[in-house]
Amino acid sequence: MKREWIARIFLFLLLVAAGFIGALAVGPRLGLPGLTPAVDVELHARMPENGGWSVSEIQARVGQPLHLRLTSDDVMHSFAIGQSDQAPIDLLPGEWHDATLVFDKPGRYTFYCTRWCGSNHWRMRGTIVVTGSASAAANPTAEKPLYLRLGLDIDAAHTAQQTPRQAPSAERGAQWAERLPASLRSRDTYLTHSPAGLWLRLRAESSLNDRSDADLWDAVAYLWAQQTTPAALAEAKDLYAANCAACHGETGQGDGVMVEGLPRYEPGSRHASPSLGNGAMDGAAASDESTTGDMRLSAPPDFTDPRNLLGASPAQLEGKMLRGGMGTGMPYWGPIFTPTQMDALIAYLYTFAWKK
Amino acid sequence: MKLNTVSQPAQPRQEPAERGPRQSISRRLSLSRQPLLRPLFTSRVPLFSARAITLAGFALTILAGLFGSVVGSHNFAIIFVWIAWWTLLKLVFIPLGGRSWCAVCPIPMPGEWLGQRGIFPGASPCKFGLGLAWPRRLGALPISGSWLQAGGFLMVGLFSAVTLTSPRLTGWVLLGILALAFGLSLVFEKRAFCNHLCPIGGFTGLYAPAAPVELRVDDRAICAAHTEKTCYDHCPWGVYIAAQQDNSACGLCMECLRVCPNDNVSFNLRGFGRDFVESRRRLRSDETALALVMLGCVLSFSILFLGPWGGLRTAAYAVGTLPWALYSAVYLAFAGLAVPGLYALAVRLGGPLQGFARTLNRFARPLLPLGLATWVAFTISFAFAKISYVLPVIGDPFGVGWNLFGLATVHFAPDVSLVAPLAQAAVLLIGLLWSGRVARQDADTPRRALALQGYALAITLGMVWVLMS
Repeated sequence: MKREWIARIFLFLLLVAAGFIGALAVGPRLGLPGLTPAVDVELHARMPENGGWSVSEIQARVGQPLHLRLTSDDVMHSFAIGQSDQAPIDLLPGEWHDATLVFDKPGRYTFYCTRWCGSNHWRMRGTIVVTGSASAAANPTAEKPLYLRLGLDIDAAHTAQQTPRQAPSAERGAQWAERLPASLRSRDTYLTHSPAGLWLRLRAESSLNDRSDADLWDAVAYLWAQQTTPAALAEAKDLYAANCAACHGETGQGDGVMVEGLPRYEPGSRHASPSLGNGAMDGAAASDESTTGDMRLSAPPDFTDPRNLLGASPAQLEGKMLRGGMGTGMPYWGPIFTPTQMDALIAYLYTFAWKK
Repeated sequence: MKLNTVSQPAQPRQEPAERGPRQSISRRLSLSRQPLLRPLFTSRVPLFSARAITLAGFALTILAGLFGSVVGSHNFAIIFVWIAWWTLLKLVFIPLGGRSWCAVCPIPMPGEWLGQRGIFPGASPCKFGLGLAWPRRLGALPISGSWLQAGGFLMVGLFSAVTLTSPRLTGWVLLGILALAFGLSLVFEKRAFCNHLCPIGGFTGLYAPAAPVELRVDDRAICAAHTEKTCYDHCPWGVYIAAQQDNSACGLCMECLRVCPNDNVSFNLRGFGRDFVESRRRLRSDETALALVMLGCVLSFSILFLGPWGGLRTAAYAVGTLPWALYSAVYLAFAGLAVPGLYALAVRLGGPLQGFARTLNRFARPLLPLGLATWVAFTISFAFAKISYVLPVIGDPFGVGWNLFGLATVHFAPDVSLVAPLAQAAVLLIGLLWSGRVARQDADTPRRALALQGYALAITLGMVWVLMS
């Protein structure tokens, strides 16, 4: 009998040990002590089809460290915070990363995935709500975006009626475009005019009657180049490759891997996509139910076709990026890119059109 | 004096001998009679200790599966069950120990301990449970022997892609198996789950005759004169060891060795596959069916998991969808019809059938070394490639970011890119030759032997093709 009881105790202890290990592992999720460090939020990244971020809204306080434990439950993702200098953290399946964030301004910050994890990758977004006293709020912009102030319909067709017959040269344009009136060279003119629109305006100037059509295109190219820098274009190129090329294609032809087999976007056709309307500006507003299934209604336009981009003003392009939609499944980038990044990206997009 | 009330052991009926006298017995080395090793066999403590550890490990596996990381490569349940344990089972336990895994398997133990009201037999004079005999049939469906095991293993293939990668599903499957074994032990006598339902027990027993170990009586005459049959009374498997002709039914628990009043049972070391030479027993229909299903499954799994057809894996993973239904139909047709059908054709080409099922059974033993070798080759394909996952999940069994003993960051990934294919080729060649030899021995005519060898060659070449793909 003694041997029997020793065996029972031995068995009991072994099973308790197994249970204890399990409790230590699961405990932290239930608020109990465990072997993992205490964190404010344990955040699991999953493909949107698998549930997306495990926590969609995180609360934080200004100046107080926010400790996150991050992992991926399926494929490779990454964790990045929009409009911040925080480098993205790659999340490999099953591997853990600790991150501590400190916010110096209150506001709503968008965290998102920067890895192309699937066809609905862009929907991997969540919000960090930072509260507390500080002089200025972060994200909420003081004024409306330019496209709204101008009353632009960014869903409307903007096909350029005039396009250059040969690739314009900013260098050639620089030889004489500096002599154009200051109003034509201003930033406001750049933001509110499409290249084709400005070309038409230049063409209408009687003082430029002696200039050929190609000269005027060179001038427009020059004026566009004046609004950016090589460094900004280089940064924009990386941003484009990381965030845009999946759909728009590395070369801007609208042939990215995520849109293979989809029909080409028809400008102005106003594809039915109610969930991608203005409401999509709010990062947390896009619900799973309203956006599943029919996300990629059409492939984006070919940026290398001058008719597509040269008819759009920077304000229009900014609006498209800020709001997204257009029936193509274009994500909203307002909470992700800083104004400077957005500006650089817009300038970079035009380089696709200038090449032809 | 106690009367012998055992009229007939509950062991499944065995086919009568089909051919000539039993061949000469080769030399054995009785390990259980070695003074240093003998306590390992005569004491119940070592086996209990092993079972207690595997039961605790099983509990940990279920917990990890249910509550650990959903990423299979970081979950103890997936890595230990489908990589470590499976590899050990196929490369060590079965080839070297026959049903040795069954001896330490924790699954039947809770029910058995409850049934005998104690960990060790004899702890209580009372038994718990109804103790009913396992029915031979359920309506017209045969459920005794390996029929359900064969069907079960075939069905496993329908969900294998998901089960092998989903910790949650693995956890629930293991928990379900434990509960099923426990429940059945309350209703039926002996190890009903192990004998009739467990797919692992099914193929383990099927290939156990190939092992170089055995548990046998030394002198059958002593057993014949012993009227109490204490060995059968104590055998949890329902095996009467004196009548045992091969390893297929014995779970190696050594209980008969311990209780034999005449010390007439030995655990022997012998040559590989001596049962194929010395035993005259041919396979039963359920065993033949299981052997064919196992062959069909290993080819199917190799195509599915090792082949370059990603679309097939995607379909197998999408359980419940139309592509999965198509995959299932093709899989069942291939593993359940084509591979067995080819065997039937080979047997028929070898000569006239003397009763369809009986003839298939009579020449089915070459399927065993062939099947074992094919499964070993299949296992080698992923065992070494995935071995690097084993140590990290010991350091972090739940995949929550632990690093116990510094193991979670250990990267042990030996380069086996050259060794593994060579090992697979060697194993397949051994299996082919071994199968051919058994075919030559069992066949009634040279033509039949040639047909069986042709079948073995076809299966082997098929496996080689998949592995090379």
